[in-house]
Amino acid sequence: MNLLDWIVLLVTMVGIAAYGAWHTRHTNHLDTYLKGSKTTRWGTIGISVMATQASAITFLSIPGQGFESGLGFVQNYFGVPLALIIVCAVFLPIYRKLGVYTAYEFLGQRFDGKTRLLGAGLFLLQRGLAAGVTIYAPAIILSTVLGWRLDLTIIGTGLLVIIYTVTGGSEAVSLTQKWQMGIIFGGMIAAFVILLVRLPAGLGFSGAAHVAGAMGKLQAVDFSFSPDKRYTLWTGLFGGLFLSLSYFGTDQSQVQRYIGGAALREGRLGLMFNALLKIPMQFFILLLGALLFVFYQFAPAPVFYNRVEWQHYAAGPNGSTFQALDEKNSALHVVEQEKIRAWLAARDSGDVSKESVTRTAMLDAEAASQAVRTDAKAALLAADPKAKTKDSDYVFIGFILDQLPHGLIGLLIAVMIAAALGSKAGELNALGTTTTIDLWRHFRPLAAHDEARNVRAAKWFTAFWGVIAIAFALFAGFSENLIEAINIIGSIFYGVVLGIFLVAFFLKHIGGTAVFWAAVIAQTLIFALYLLRHRFPVLGISYLWYNLIGCAACVLFGLILQAILGNAKSPSKPHAT
Amino acid sequence: MKPPIATEPSARETENPGVPGFRTWRGVYWFVFSAFVVVVVLLTLFSRMFA
Repeated sequence: MNLLDWIVLLVTMVGIAAYGAWHTRHTNHLDTYLKGSKTTRWGTIGISVMATQASAITFLSIPGQGFESGLGFVQNYFGVPLALIIVCAVFLPIYRKLGVYTAYEFLGQRFDGKTRLLGAGLFLLQRGLAAGVTIYAPAIILSTVLGWRLDLTIIGTGLLVIIYTVTGGSEAVSLTQKWQMGIIFGGMIAAFVILLVRLPAGLGFSGAAHVAGAMGKLQAVDFSFSPDKRYTLWTGLFGGLFLSLSYFGTDQSQVQRYIGGAALREGRLGLMFNALLKIPMQFFILLLGALLFVFYQFAPAPVFYNRVEWQHYAAGPNGSTFQALDEKNSALHVVEQEKIRAWLAARDSGDVSKESVTRTAMLDAEAASQAVRTDAKAALLAADPKAKTKDSDYVFIGFILDQLPHGLIGLLIAVMIAAALGSKAGELNALGTTTTIDLWRHFRPLAAHDEARNVRAAKWFTAFWGVIAIAFALFAGFSENLIEAINIIGSIFYGVVLGIFLVAFFLKHIGGTAVFWAAVIAQTLIFALYLLRHRFPVLGISYLWYNLIGCAACVLFGLILQAILGNAKSPSKPHAT
Repeated sequence: MKPPIATEPSARETENPGVPGFRTWRGVYWFVFSAFVVVVVLLTLFSRMFA
C-alpha cells in the first residue's frame, strides 16, 4: 500500500464513521436510538439488512471458497428468499403492531418472563460468542498480508465502530451501513472488471468459465440426497430455510434493522429487496473466486497463498524442502498451462475425441498441481504442527495487492474494513439493545419510564459489548475456518430459538412453561449431538441440520409437555415491560 | 391463555403494497418466490452449460 491507498482507506473509513457519529449525535429518544429514524425508507432498511449479514468474511473468505470448492456454497443461501417471505408475512407485522424494541420482548408478551429471558439469553450467548470473530477475522488476514500489528488492527477497527454505534445507535448504524455498502459494491465491481481484463488475451469470460467448469468449479446446484454432503439443494432449502428464518426472524441484530422505519411497508420492501438480491450477490462473489482460479492457471501462482507464512517457514531449517516444493509447483504450473491451452484449442476445433483426450490430460495436470499444494501443507505441518494451512482466505487479498492499481488497493482494503464495521455495528447495536430492554429493564422495571436513563444505559451496554468483542478478538484462539465457526455457533442455537418463536406464532394453545422446558431440552439435545459427533460417526451430519432438528425438537417437546401439563398448570401470565 | 391479538398480523396480505404492478402483498411474495425459482433454474443451467 502506498500513500494514495492510505488516503483512500482512511478518508472512506474514518469519514463514514465521523459522518455517522456527527449526523446522529443528538439522538436522545429511546425509540430513535433503538429502532432508528421514523422516516427511514425501504432502500436504507434493505441495505442495512444486507450490510449486517455481509461481514468482512463474506468478501475475504467467500472468493477463496469459490477458488477452492467452486460455486456450491451458493446453495447455503437458497433458504433466504423463502425465509424472508415468511418473516414479511408473519413476524414483521406482529413486531410492528406490538411496538416491541426486541424480538424477545414479544416472547414476554406471548408467554412469560422466563421464556423472554431464555430467548434473550440464547441470543446474547451465541452473539457474544461470535462477537470477537467479526473483528478478528479480517484483522488476522489484513495484518498478516499487510504487515500491520494484529492488536492495533483489532483495537482500531473496534474503537471506530464503538464510537459511532454508541453515539447514534440504530440510526447511525443504518446511515453508515448505506455508505459502507456503496464502497463495497463499487470496490467489488471494480475488482471483478479488472480480473476480467487481466485474463489472458483471447480467453474472455466465456473461455474462463469453460475452463472453470471443466475443472469442476461451476457446479452451483447439487441435487444429491447424500446426508454427509455439506452443501446441496436440499441442505440449502431446508437447513438454510430454518437457519435464515431464525436469523432474519429472531436474531435481534436483523430484527432491529427492519422493525423501525416509516411504515410496515418499508420494512417489508427492505426484506423483499434482500430476498431478490441475496443469491445473485453471493453467486457473484463465488464466481469471482472461480474466475480467480482460472486467472492463477495462467498467472504465476504460489504453491501456498498465505505467502507471508510460507516465507516464514521457508526461511527456517527446512528451507530446502520448501524450495523444492516451489520449484515443483512452478514446473507443474507450466505443464498445466500447456494442457489447458491444448484443451481450449481442441474444444474450438470441434474434434470431440481430441477434446476428450486433452480434457483428461488437463484434469490430470490439475490433480498433480493439487497434490503439490497438499504436500506444501504437509510440509508446513511438519515444520510446525500449529502452522495455519488454510490459505484460500488469502487468494483474493493476494490478487488485490498484486494486480490492482494503487488507489483501488486502498478502496478494496476499505471494502473489507467497511464490511467488518457494518456487520459489527449491527451486532453491537443489537447486543446493547437486548441487554437494556430484556435484562436491565426487566430487573429494574421502574427505570423503564425514564427515557434519558434508558438511552444512557443502552449506550453503556453497547460500549460494554464493544469492549468485550475487542477483548475476545485479542485473547481468544479462533479456529482457522472462521466463516464455518460462525455458522456452526449460529446453527447450534438458532433452531431452538426459532422453535420458541414458531410455537409463539402458530401453536397458540402452548403456554410459557411448556415451551420454556421444551427449549431447554431441545438445546441440550443439540449440544449433545454436536459434542458426540466424533464419538458416534452416525451423528456426523451437516451443521445446517441442527437448525431443523433444534426447531422440530422444541416444537415437538412443547406439544408433549403442554399435553402433559394440560389444564393442571395453565400458562403463566403474560409479562410486559 | 394469552390474548390472541398478540399473534395476529396487523396488516392483511390483501392490502395494497404501493408497488407498481402489484395489488396485494401476496402478489409481491409470489413474484419473489417465482424469481427465486428462476434463479435456481438459471444456476442449474449455468452449471450444465459450463460442466
